[in-house]
Amino acid sequence: MDLEMNGYRLDKSLEQHVEAEGLREDVHGRHPMDDLLRTDRLPHIWCPGCGLGTALTCFLSALRKSGLDLDLVAVVSGIGCTGRVAGYVRLDSFHTTPGRAIPFATGLKLGNPDLKVVVFSGDGDLVTIGGNHFIHAARRNMDMTVICVNNFNYGMTGGQAGATTPIGGITTTSPYGNYEYPFNVSALAAASGAVYVARWTVLHARRLERSMTEALLKPGFSLVEVISPCPTGFGRRHKQRQGLDTMRYYHEHGVIRHGTDPRDTDIGLGGVIIEGKFVDVDKPTFLEQRSRRLSQVLDR
Amino acid sequence: MKFWREPLDLKDIRVPRGEIHVLTERCKGCGWCVEFCQRDVLEVSDEINSKGYHPPKVIREQACVGCGLCELMCPEFAIYVVEQEGKATLL
Amino acid sequence: MKGTENGVLSGEFFMQGDIACAEGAICAGCRFFGGYPITPATEVAQRMSERLPLVDGIYIQMEDELASMNAVLGASWAGQKAMTATSGPGFSLMMENLGLGIMLETPCVLVNVQRGGPSTGLPTLVSQSDMMQARWGSHGDYSTIALAPSSPQELFDLTIHAFNLAEIYRTPVLVMTDAEVGHMTEKVVIPPLEEIEVVSRRKPTVPPEEYLPYRVEPGELVPPMAVAGDGYRIHTTGLTHDERGYPATADDSAQWPLVQRLIDKIEKNKDDIIVLEEEGLDEAEVAVVSYGMAARTAIWPIQMARQEGIRVGLLRLVTVWPFPDRQIRELAGRVESIVVPEINMGQIVREVKRCAEGQAEVSSVPHPGGGIHDPRKVLEAIRRAAGREGGK
Repeated sequence: MDLEMNGYRLDKSLEQHVEAEGLREDVHGRHPMDDLLRTDRLPHIWCPGCGLGTALTCFLSALRKSGLDLDLVAVVSGIGCTGRVAGYVRLDSFHTTPGRAIPFATGLKLGNPDLKVVVFSGDGDLVTIGGNHFIHAARRNMDMTVICVNNFNYGMTGGQAGATTPIGGITTTSPYGNYEYPFNVSALAAASGAVYVARWTVLHARRLERSMTEALLKPGFSLVEVISPCPTGFGRRHKQRQGLDTMRYYHEHGVIRHGTDPRDTDIGLGGVIIEGKFVDVDKPTFLEQRSRRLSQVLDR
Repeated sequence: MKFWREPLDLKDIRVPRGEIHVLTERCKGCGWCVEFCQRDVLEVSDEINSKGYHPPKVIREQACVGCGLCELMCPEFAIYVVEQEGKATLL
Repeated sequence: MKGTENGVLSGEFFMQGDIACAEGAICAGCRFFGGYPITPATEVAQRMSERLPLVDGIYIQMEDELASMNAVLGASWAGQKAMTATSGPGFSLMMENLGLGIMLETPCVLVNVQRGGPSTGLPTLVSQSDMMQARWGSHGDYSTIALAPSSPQELFDLTIHAFNLAEIYRTPVLVMTDAEVGHMTEKVVIPPLEEIEVVSRRKPTVPPEEYLPYRVEPGELVPPMAVAGDGYRIHTTGLTHDERGYPATADDSAQWPLVQRLIDKIEKNKDDIIVLEEEGLDEAEVAVVSYGMAARTAIWPIQMARQEGIRVGLLRLVTVWPFPDRQIRELAGRVESIVVPEINMGQIVREVKRCAEGQAEVSSVPHPGGGIHDPRKVLEAIRRAAGREGGK
């Protein structure tokens, strides 16, 4: 990129200072997923052993399998490591403000109901700062697919406590161990009215991909909670210095129990991680409810 | 493979064969593909890529059935499997 | 492009300001409203909830003002003309995402029906105390467009104008009205469809492979806008970004051109954006500079002052931001004093003082909010400014 941008002269070449140098086929080869990725922005910023790359791979694979028209898929993210997903997908994508991905996505969907809107963000973004918007979108059964990657902390900013940090969790703002009760993301979604709720760790990649496909094709508020390692922000403070250690932890502690009442699926340190499809019901979406009511009352 | 009772369609089952492609420069050495491959096809190599990570290397090529779990699980888009036409074997 | 077909309720009405605002939006082509009830702006939301379904638009009541602002941005990025309406407390909540709208360069309209503050203040009573916030409320450097109507008719007209400005400059535009104008009922004429001028955003003329969301041609300042679903696979972010819309946060190399262009977009187009109304300023010794309701309530004191022999005129700021620096400086060179009545403790008067550069005495006629100015106070201020203290 040259030393001028929009007629303004740059002091330094933009090329030297962009976030990532981009992939080059002669050096990095070609991967079958590359056409869905913004390879000019890779390698991504996520740490070695972070599960986000896996969540993204499963999502792109699920998207392909869903058969949706990719020109009509829009991805909205908030802020955080998971929030960076929007920037890596070669789709219409929006990187918005912390906690506000869901209302932005609501506006997108209502602005053009033909769009398939996906919100891809983290636990801190969606249920901590964004909690209010999360429950209301679920309440309205707004047609959107929400992928919530839960790594139990605010990873991007160094590993602070969030609303999903388990009791006893060591973070930079809970140095003596968290003593606040955490949210159970799946239970929160189900209680708020979500029509599809599933939880998988990134270890169970194939089932995660399948759930994501189901969630993408399901009308209404569909949530997939993805439990993911965060070695830098969370894992290493809990004797899981590498992502691999956390994956082995999931192997040992993960239990698949479809149809469990989400209220019985709390995640605690050292405890069982219940995974599976918890909720899959049918309910008219916001736009269907609106249509029905308006046609009754207004004859249109 | 030994069976307690031979399945009726035994002669029809074909075990696919996969060919692994490792994009070594993308790898960040997380070790997941090596750990979770059910057929022990991969091992951490001694080589180092330009970022200082040890990428995986294929050690049991014939064992790969092209399940694609490594491809799905890799966080770096650094490994993929191509199913080999005509290389499927009988059980 | 002319005003939209169904939805334009042409005719003469005795209409409340807030309702006129909603009607103006519909005439401008607004088909999405995401809002939250707040006195004295609730009537805008209520009217939109009634009218939008009738014109195939969507009304949604969001859970709070943060969600409202974001929903409006999202709808704009799906291609709709979108609006929200609020008052002071909600305006504060919308600030962060107003910044997002500015950074993403999203056309939309934000109506603030100002009321007494600070904090919960006087929910049902007028003020104009958010004027500085309109300019500086969000964090960071940017420029903004804010319009100040003085009557329900003007609120109707300026709402349409706000949408057009938003589409031309790809920015959120603020309609800074107030509880008096919003809740007053007066004659409003809605013109026929053919007479309403409506502008829409420029779309890209190149195919997706050649399109960069934030690239402008030399000499231009506003990029054409592809939205979600157009097939352009755009990416945009609130982070400082380069022409591709990708974050460029490793140093300040992208910050300079981006922030400069966001400011220039409006500041360099001031002459096209600023709208002022002058009355009786030829050979005036005193100028009253005001906007919105306070300008309207200054009319009577000005007439009284003229009867006392004072040569006084009115400069009404229809656009308050961008501020008419040049025009105020010229005015200060022609008159001896400037009087600035506003329903706040002195906000825009600071700008007037700054631009006057000492050429004229500038005095404020403040009001903490809760009512309109006592005209006698404004008259006294004009007398003082003219050097005629205490009576004729």
